[in-house]
Amino acid sequence: MIPRPFAYHAPETIPAAIALLSDYGDLAKILAGGHSLLPMMKLRFAAPEHLIDLGRIKELRGIDMAGDEIRIGAMTTERDIVASSLLAEHLPLLVETARQIADPQVRSKGTIGGDVAHGDPGNDHPAVMLALGAHLVLVGPGGERIVPASEFFLGTYATAIEPDEVMTQIRIMRPPAGSGSCYAKLKRKTGDYATAAAAVVLRMENGRCAAVSIGLTNVAPTAIRAEAAEAALLGRALDDAAIAEAGRLASEGCEPAADLRGDEEYKRAMAGQMVQRALRTALSRCTG
Amino acid sequence: MAKKTAVSFRLNQTPVDVLVEPRELLIHTLREKLATTGPHIGCETSHCGACTVDLDGISVKACTVLTVQCEDLDVLTIEGFAKGGQLHALQEGFMQEHGLQCGFCTPGMITRAYRLLQEIPDPTEEDIRYWMSGNLCRCTGYQNIVKAIQYAAAKLRGEAVATSHPLMEEVTV
Repeated sequence: MIPRPFAYHAPETIPAAIALLSDYGDLAKILAGGHSLLPMMKLRFAAPEHLIDLGRIKELRGIDMAGDEIRIGAMTTERDIVASSLLAEHLPLLVETARQIADPQVRSKGTIGGDVAHGDPGNDHPAVMLALGAHLVLVGPGGERIVPASEFFLGTYATAIEPDEVMTQIRIMRPPAGSGSCYAKLKRKTGDYATAAAAVVLRMENGRCAAVSIGLTNVAPTAIRAEAAEAALLGRALDDAAIAEAGRLASEGCEPAADLRGDEEYKRAMAGQMVQRALRTALSRCTG
Repeated sequence: MAKKTAVSFRLNQTPVDVLVEPRELLIHTLREKLATTGPHIGCETSHCGACTVDLDGISVKACTVLTVQCEDLDVLTIEGFAKGGQLHALQEGFMQEHGLQCGFCTPGMITRAYRLLQEIPDPTEEDIRYWMSGNLCRCTGYQNIVKAIQYAAAKLRGEAVATSHPLMEEVTV
């Protein structure tokens, strides 16, 4: 399996990458970690004439904090995320998610920006970005714009990123102290996409739910928020009945596509189960 | 045909220069241009791990890396493990613990396990199973692969290891 021929470009700066995108337009694709795009090119599902590799742009890689905002370069690998002590302390949800993506070798190359920008509802970061209220920094010929995750995912393989834009950074506010989170993923085997998965960020006050956000993976044309479930939980104690109801409401909001991982009914049920599992674990991690 | 590109990297510490189309995958360059056939082509879809090589200190699947991405990097394959007729501790471990049957997955297993032991010198069985999960074996059921990696980990930490293989003396120090 060999891709169609293409011209390879490895710019060393963001402006150089954008200039190449402006020159080649629809004929170009951006190469991040390459673990979605290269397989698609090998299968000839994608055949760009120009491949623009961001791997040599050093400023696109790294994790740091500005006040309460965590900033992750788009070319930061899943391996870097798994190993990050900064994230382990301030954003453990991202580490827990990355640990469940693919396998060690794939995580060596796969990047968070590529995972988000690909627009695949089976990728794990989009639902987490929704649950965390992340903001995505997109840079094009006209400068920089910052798009909330809630406005980024438009459809399967369709996102708000323009053909001449590069995603450079992901910005996430650290959840308030005392918050608990969890990414619960059901997969058939290592390396598989989720049959269903749920990301939960939860904060409790006086035994009642003060804030909750729930993102779902691979149960709709894009990652989605389980808004009905969130609304039903607010202000309530998270007892078995409340958690079961949230699971039911979340599963009702899914529009899964039947495939080898299961039919629609099964996937909807599993989405509900993952929401329940993630809520229980997130609750156990809440403090105060 | 797209224009070819000259790429220079170090293969098992030896500088190499190749002329490749941008679309050429590292596994094909290694096997077809550099006579380095230790890394195998199993699934060719980045699942099985048989093509695993070490690229500048990280484990990657050479079927999903372009050779042009390897400019100036260090590539380590199974061919780089034995030194002067003496096996590496991992090769010794796979021999002693019978960590293979058909042997197809073994070069990738050992190359991946090498990086694992660089990062976690004293892994638990659970660590080994988690961090080796990108390599598939259809013969062994993994039990003896885990034991082989534990053997190598102990030897690399300088601990005494028990060997019972009749040919072990010929290939180890």
